[in-house]
Amino acid sequence: MSNSEVTASDPGTLVLGSDAVTYHRISGLRKLLRRSVPVLGIAPFIIFSFLGLGIPAIAVTYYAFQKEKGGWTFSNIHFMLTGEKHVFLVGFENSIKLGLLSAVIPGILGVFIAYAIQTSKSNILRRITTTAAGVLANFGGINLTFMFIATLGSTGILTYWLADIGINLSNIGFNLYTFSGVLVVYMYFQLPLMVLVVTPALGGLRASWREAAENLGASSWQYWLRVGIPVLLPSILGGMLLLFGSAFAAYATAETLTLGLISLSPIQIGNYLNGNVIAGQTHVGDAIAFGMLVILSITMIFYSLVRRRASKWLR
Amino acid sequence: MAPLVEVAEAENEVVPNFSTGSSKRRRRVRWWRGVVLVLTGAFFLIPIYAGIKFSLQNTEGHFSFQAYEKLPSAPGFTAALTLSLKIAFVTMVVSTLLMVPTAIYVHVRLPRLRRVLDVVTVLPIVIPPIVLITGVLGVFPLWAKSSPYLLSFMYVILAMPFVYRSLDAGIGAIDLKTLTEASRSLGGNWSKTMWRVILPNIRPALLSATVLTLALVFGEYTMAQLDLWQTIPVWIAQFQVSNDGPIQVAASMMGLVGTWVLLMVVVSIDRSQSRRNRKKLGAS
Repeated sequence: MSNSEVTASDPGTLVLGSDAVTYHRISGLRKLLRRSVPVLGIAPFIIFSFLGLGIPAIAVTYYAFQKEKGGWTFSNIHFMLTGEKHVFLVGFENSIKLGLLSAVIPGILGVFIAYAIQTSKSNILRRITTTAAGVLANFGGINLTFMFIATLGSTGILTYWLADIGINLSNIGFNLYTFSGVLVVYMYFQLPLMVLVVTPALGGLRASWREAAENLGASSWQYWLRVGIPVLLPSILGGMLLLFGSAFAAYATAETLTLGLISLSPIQIGNYLNGNVIAGQTHVGDAIAFGMLVILSITMIFYSLVRRRASKWLR
Repeated sequence: MAPLVEVAEAENEVVPNFSTGSSKRRRRVRWWRGVVLVLTGAFFLIPIYAGIKFSLQNTEGHFSFQAYEKLPSAPGFTAALTLSLKIAFVTMVVSTLLMVPTAIYVHVRLPRLRRVLDVVTVLPIVIPPIVLITGVLGVFPLWAKSSPYLLSFMYVILAMPFVYRSLDAGIGAIDLKTLTEASRSLGGNWSKTMWRVILPNIRPALLSATVLTLALVFGEYTMAQLDLWQTIPVWIAQFQVSNDGPIQVAASMMGLVGTWVLLMVVVSIDRSQSRRNRKKLGAS
C-alpha cells in the first residue's frame, strides 16, 4: 500500500517499468519490482476503495470490540445479545424474518412471472417488461414510500377500492406502517430483481432436454420435477440469497415508512448514529453493524457456492 | 407449483409431436399467463397511478396542479436541490476520473486482475450503506465529516458496481488492443489514443455510467440522512413536519419519474450498443 503510493506519484517509474526491456542485469528484486510496477496503474483505485470500503469495514469491526475509553472487550457484543430486554436481538430476528419472507415470496412469484414473460409470444411485451424490471429493481427509498402511502395508507386509493368491495385492510392485520407494510413495499423492488436474476436461467433450459424427456415418455410433471426444477434450483436459490441480502440490509424504505419505529437492525444502527445512545454503550451501533456484516458474509459464501453450481448449466 | 406446469405447456406449441389435441390446454395456458401478467401489472401500476393522482389534488381533493406549482417555492427545496446537484456533479466527475482510466488500464495491461476488480467493485453491494456510514462516521476526521463532499466520496464507492460493470462491458465490446496498437503505430501517444480513439468508442458506456451515478445520488437517503445533509430525498422525508401531503408526494413523483426516465435512457443505450455490436459481428 505505502509502497504503491510512493511510486505512483513518480510517473517516470511507470514508463521505465513497462517499456524498458533492455535491462539485462536484472536481479531478483528488480524482477519483482518490474512485475509489480504495472499494478501501480490502478493504485488510485486501490487507495480509493481501501479508504471508502476497507477502512469503514475495519473500523466497524474494531469498535465492536473496543471499550468506550479504549481497550479490547466483548461487552459490546454481550450487551447486543442480552441487553435492553433483548431489543437488539429482536431487531436481528425481525430483520432476518423480513429478509427471509421478502426472499422466498418474491423469489417464487418471480419465477412464475419470468416464465410467463419468457414464454409469451409478444416481443413488445417481453421488451417492455425487461426494461421495466431493470428500472424497478434499482428503485427504493423515499419515493417508493410516498407512492405506497398514496396507495395503501389510511387514505390510500387501493384502501378505498378494497373497502368498497368489503375488505377492510386493518381487520385482516395489514398496516402499511408496520412489518407487513414494509414487506409489501419491498416486493416492489424485490420481484423485478428476481425476474432479472432468473430470466437467463430460464433461457438456459434447452428445448432439447424437454424433447428428450418427452421421447422417453415423461409427463410434463415428471419433466419439471426431474429436469426443469433441478436445473433451475441453484439459480433460484442464488436469486433468493441476493434478495435476502438486499432486504436484510435495506434502511431507507423501512425508516421513512415507519418513521424509524420498526425494530430492524439497520434502523437500530441509524437510531444509534442519530445520537439515541444509552449511557456507556457508545459502541453498540458498531456491534450491530458487525453482526450484520457477519450475517451478510455467510449469505455471500452460500451465494458463491450456489452460483458455481448454477453456472454449470448456463453455458 | 401448478401454474408453472400449466404455463410450461406453452412450449408444446413448438414441439409438433405433442401439440396434438392440446388446444384446450393451450387455452388454459394463455389464461394462466394472462392472470399472472395482469396481477403483476396491477401490483406495479396501481401505486404509480395512486401517486400521480394523489399529487394532482388540491387541499379540497379536487384536480389541480397546485402541489407541483408550490413545490419550487416550498421552504428548503431550492437549497436541497442545489446541494444534491453539487454532490452529483462532484460524484460524476470523480467517478469518471477514477474508474475510466482504471477500467481501460486493467483491460490493456492487467487482464489477469479483472477478476480481482470484479470482486472489489461488487463489495459495495455486499457491505450495506448503513454499515459503511457507521464506519465512516466513526473514524473519518472532523474536517471530512463536516463537508458535504464526503457524500460524493462515498457515492463514488456506492456507484462502483454499476459504473465498473458498464465500463467493463463497453470496453469489452470494442477491440481495445487493435485500436490501441493501430493508434500507437500511427504515432499517437497515450493521451491522444485515449481522447481520440478509446473514449469516443466507449461513449455509450460512459454515458450510461454517468446517468446511473446521477440516479443514485438523487435517490440515496441512508448516508445523506445519517450524515445530516439535507439532500433532495432527505428534504422530502423531513418536509412531513409542515404536513402538506400532496407536495411531498408531488416531489416524490417527480423524483420517481425523473429516475425512471434516466434509467430508461441507460437501458436503451445498452440495448442499442449491444445491437450495434451484434451487427458488427454479423457483418464480419
